[in-house]
Amino acid sequence: MNRAAWLGTGSCAALFAVAPLFLNTYQVDVLNSIGLYALLALSLNLILGEAGLFNMGHAAFYAMGAYTAAILNTRYQIPILWTLPFSGLAAGLFALAVARPVVHLRGDYLLIVTIGVGEIVRIALVNDVFGITGGANGIFGISRPRLFGWVIRRPEEFFYLIWGFVGLTIFLFLRLKQSRFGRALNYLREDEVAAEGSGINTDHYKLAAFGLGAAWAGMAGTLFAAKMTIISPESFNFWESVVLFMIVILGGAGSIPGVLLAAFLVVGLPELFREFAGARMLVFGLVMMVMMVIRPQGLLPTRGRHFSLAARVKETGR
Amino acid sequence: MEEFLQQLTNGLAVGGIYALIALGYTMVYGVLKLINFAHGDLFTYGAYLGLTLLTSLALTDRVGFALGVLVLVLMVMGLVAILGAMLERAAYRPLRESPRLSAVVSALGASIFLQNTLMLVYGARFQVYPDEILPAATLDVFGLYIPLMRVLIVLASVAMMVALYLFIQKTRIGTAIRAAAIDQSAARLMGIDVNRVILLVFLLGPALGGAAGLMVGLYYGQVNFTMGWVYGMKAFTAAILGGIGNIPGAMVGGLLLGVIEALGAAYVSIAWKDAIAFCVLILILIVRPTGLLGERVADKI
Repeated sequence: MNRAAWLGTGSCAALFAVAPLFLNTYQVDVLNSIGLYALLALSLNLILGEAGLFNMGHAAFYAMGAYTAAILNTRYQIPILWTLPFSGLAAGLFALAVARPVVHLRGDYLLIVTIGVGEIVRIALVNDVFGITGGANGIFGISRPRLFGWVIRRPEEFFYLIWGFVGLTIFLFLRLKQSRFGRALNYLREDEVAAEGSGINTDHYKLAAFGLGAAWAGMAGTLFAAKMTIISPESFNFWESVVLFMIVILGGAGSIPGVLLAAFLVVGLPELFREFAGARMLVFGLVMMVMMVIRPQGLLPTRGRHFSLAARVKETGR
Repeated sequence: MEEFLQQLTNGLAVGGIYALIALGYTMVYGVLKLINFAHGDLFTYGAYLGLTLLTSLALTDRVGFALGVLVLVLMVMGLVAILGAMLERAAYRPLRESPRLSAVVSALGASIFLQNTLMLVYGARFQVYPDEILPAATLDVFGLYIPLMRVLIVLASVAMMVALYLFIQKTRIGTAIRAAAIDQSAARLMGIDVNRVILLVFLLGPALGGAAGLMVGLYYGQVNFTMGWVYGMKAFTAAILGGIGNIPGAMVGGLLLGVIEALGAAYVSIAWKDAIAFCVLILILIVRPTGLLGERVADKI
């Protein structure tokens, strides 16, 4: 990025950071939902966008994280923010176990299997599996998060917690995108056979993408549990997965700015047009169909990688 | 034994419904290599259109039960077939040359769109089929009392499957469909209008799916706008179970899945009923992705 772009992004971020001072509680709460969805969509973007693996059961990993956090918090009184690594780990390991036997499946089959996994997880939660998920009522009485002795309670405080985490995620995922790992995932997405031919262990990278994306969704689940203080299986139904899938596709698969923009559009716009709330999904469906015809690459697609030969020559002196 | 036989016949009825829906998935997949995610919603349209026509036209009062239901089935099949063709035109034809993901996303979008149109028109609550129209008669088969509707559904679904099978195997048009499924460009070179074949597949599949929707309405007495995706997923599982793209496979897979699910719900756990089909789906994709009868493997799954 050049200097102007840095300045623009920086000033937008700064403006956004002071936004709660000018907005009412409801508006801040909407921004918090957008933040959670952005977090989830960024994690799905790693799987669906960067690696090109059709995952439509992302809500299952989100649920794993949220329930791990809620159970650890309500049963063992572990402070909710301390459960972050555990819920990430639980969701990540679960994803690895689930994805291991199916990750080689071709795109649309993987999609169906992940839908199935998402449903099985939801049914298991409703049926109070192992007697610890509270059945259809879910788990309540999750304690408020506490950060350096400060209890986070009001939406304005959650705003900084959630969007702080989003900011960290963006930074880390941008770095990841630039790395050898990120390049391998993109190669895999564009041409699996060629990637394998170039010595990329495709199953290994696919699993890593799945595990990492799921772990991140699990941590988002912790934040969700902390924000709501009550979770139930209905928060993790199939439509959540569909909405997340749509955010990534709409924004542009693999594009972090695109995903952020789409999170604002998909979660924020229905709040602006509340009188048409019933038609929300109808419009989504229509947008998905129309987008695929007129702009299948998404709103803000990635521009691909550019490597300047001149710069490289200067650098190495050859 | 009594309970077992009841569950078995119930499973066959539900399985027949799954098989009819599965045929739609498998035919579209055979020709276009596309999973038509909106197929389950066309099935729901069958159920809702059936309900509306049943109550508004009062067919069964005018011409008697048997003829009334027959006319109803034909009307629903016709209407849903038209809807299927419109879906193909709007959501899939513009994307025929696009990458797979585009078509899959468009299919999902179409599914969401269709589902929510129904919700906006009929409301989100369960709609109830009037029970005074439907005979509550039971048949006595060697001391086993089976609801008449269950028998009718098994017979009707088997009859439709046999008719479709004969159509695909014995007629010129059926041969064209099979040819287009094997190799589209070669079929085109042989003078087959592939576009018309695709259109035909999108008429036949939804017609059967619509009939299945009507059957569910008549069998269970209530319908919901979201039921399409549960039935659709299960029917898709049935199609995979039998071998996707394979028409007899879809029939066998549907009946088998219906029986597995009915027996599983009765003897294992009713609460996990909906999870059974998904477990079957995952297992079959891991163990034998080509399905039970899937001999025709075009490319690696």
